[in-house]
Amino acid sequence: MSTLRSALLIARKDLLVEARSRELAYTTLFFAVACVLVFSFAFVSEGKAIDGAAAGILWVAVAFSGTLALGRAFERERQSETLRALLLAPAERTAVYLGKLAGLLVLMAAVEIVIVPVIGLLFAAPIGRAPWLLAALLGAGTLGFAGVGTLFAAMLVRAHSRDVLLPVLLYPITVPVIIAGVRGTGAIFAAEPNFDAAVAWLSMLVFFDAVFVTLALWTFAPVMEE
Amino acid sequence: MRVANRLVPLLLVVAALMYLRAPFMIHAAPLESVMGVVQKIFYFHVPSAMMTFLAAFVCGIASATYLWNRNKFADHVAVSAAELAVVFGLIVLVTGPLWARKAWGVWWQWDVRLTMTLVMWMIFVAYLLLRRFGGPGSEILAAAVGVFGTALVPFVYVSVNYWRTIHPNTNVLRTLQPEMAEPFRWAILAFLMFFTALLIVRIRLEASRAVLEEAYALLED
Amino acid sequence: MSRHFGRRRALAKTTLTFRAGQVTGLFGPNGAGKTTLLGILSTVVRPTAGEVRYGGATARALGDPLRGRIGVLGHDLFLYGDLSARENLEFFGRLYGVERLEDRVAQALASARLDDRAHDRVASFSRGLRQRLALERALIHDPRLVLLDEPFTGLDDESAGLLGERLQKLRAAGAIVLMATHDFESADGLIDRMIALRAGKVREIVPDGGSLRDRYRRAMAEEWA
Repeated sequence: MSTLRSALLIARKDLLVEARSRELAYTTLFFAVACVLVFSFAFVSEGKAIDGAAAGILWVAVAFSGTLALGRAFERERQSETLRALLLAPAERTAVYLGKLAGLLVLMAAVEIVIVPVIGLLFAAPIGRAPWLLAALLGAGTLGFAGVGTLFAAMLVRAHSRDVLLPVLLYPITVPVIIAGVRGTGAIFAAEPNFDAAVAWLSMLVFFDAVFVTLALWTFAPVMEE
Repeated sequence: MRVANRLVPLLLVVAALMYLRAPFMIHAAPLESVMGVVQKIFYFHVPSAMMTFLAAFVCGIASATYLWNRNKFADHVAVSAAELAVVFGLIVLVTGPLWARKAWGVWWQWDVRLTMTLVMWMIFVAYLLLRRFGGPGSEILAAAVGVFGTALVPFVYVSVNYWRTIHPNTNVLRTLQPEMAEPFRWAILAFLMFFTALLIVRIRLEASRAVLEEAYALLED
Repeated sequence: MSRHFGRRRALAKTTLTFRAGQVTGLFGPNGAGKTTLLGILSTVVRPTAGEVRYGGATARALGDPLRGRIGVLGHDLFLYGDLSARENLEFFGRLYGVERLEDRVAQALASARLDDRAHDRVASFSRGLRQRLALERALIHDPRLVLLDEPFTGLDDESAGLLGERLQKLRAAGAIVLMATHDFESADGLIDRMIALRAGKVREIVPDGGSLRDRYRRAMAEEWA
């Protein structure tokens, strides 16, 4: 069976499991919204949010809720050791990576679809100004974040201190993604929007994605062997 | 490895002598027109940065080798290089702000190069944390982290040339006047020798530890 | 091969050969290395030294398809609690490229006597039911090499008997079966070969009379080289 078909099978299985319990969807969504609220209180002065806060808060919420979702998704695979069962299957190792990544991207997309309007509401941020560009930024950024995150979360499944080590490892490496995302989104939200700058940041994100996801695909198989 | 071990005392002695002479050379070097005497920290800051990148690079290659071959020696090199990346990175991150405070008036700026250097340093710290707290089998996991950390190095180097930034760009190095170039090259050489000596010693330590572990395992036979 | 975890030796230098049509029992106290040995044979754990050959070729040479011929019943069962019994079997069946999946799944559910609970979430099953389902999951793709980690755990008398029959059928079909277990009574009469492990060391126990349990106790009482 081809890698892509195996990956789709695994992704569908993840979505089926998620549809049953909806645990990840509800908790991650709620966490993301709570994140946005907490940060808004932190960055409000004289009843109004400070300039540029919206973009930053959006991406921080994405990063934090993404890390949470990653941790939980792989914790599930730890029960009954089903991750090992996936690795025992004749599917290529990268299919397991791609399948889990796809499932996570769907979840993160759902989360972002909710919090972007929330941020638009709370900060009077112009989310409708360049919707495709914003969607592209979020898409590319989430792909970069989840691309590295899936690899790290999977490899930490058998490690000690995995709960705290995931953010410790993930955040430094995904800082370029966050920076590009925030700057790009900020360029769109600014009082005088700079779409060229936003596109420049988007291209940097795409470049990072290409490098990081390729690296992750290369290293997944060797790193998952004990 | 034996040959390398024999080199260590030689390297250390030469490096020590070079470091002893360095302050005199640096003092004799001309003052930079804008920053004055403060600029002279450059003779330690830049070579430290070069050593950090070198360490990161070595760690990355060793990590990739270990990932694919599980060659134990590669793992020893990787962890030793990661530690040196953290140490020399720390020197860079301390001397940088010291210089910045005097030259630009601020301790830190969130421009590209500084940010990326800090990020790279944190990745190698994370590498060490993973090895320390990840439990058995974390060597292979850390190798994956090492590969990612090193992938960022070219971005750090190139970033400063493509984004307008407060940090001096790399062209400065090519246009150094000879009175500055000489102590600069001297400093680089001293740092390089020191770095190499440290790396060899650390690898030896790691290899000895591995032999000890094997001995423990054999003891049970 | 051997396997170390840092300072701890999980499996000492060992050479073993397994043949088709043989059921081998793996016995030993907890932590002796049985699970590690099964892990290495299933290709997910790399030996620290040495290699494993499947019909003459290494796992690396044979690549991914090798795993399609290995069936593993893990200690932790490898089942998705949120999915139903049928969904679990279908998912893994598809992943292993099983042909005529519908029929195979129906067969598997019948063997496990779970027809009436096929649509229930696995998390709602008792340990015994999950064990039965896990065995079917492990065998759904007709593997040549069967690795079972404590297959008798939680099984009632009837189920244990059925498992025994299943193993005999596998043996007749020429499969290589390796079973780690503590259940001497159930294993007696089923296994062709007996291997004991203690602190990573492996020892073959010859069938020199007496029940499985007696032979095991005798072997454990001795000093091992």
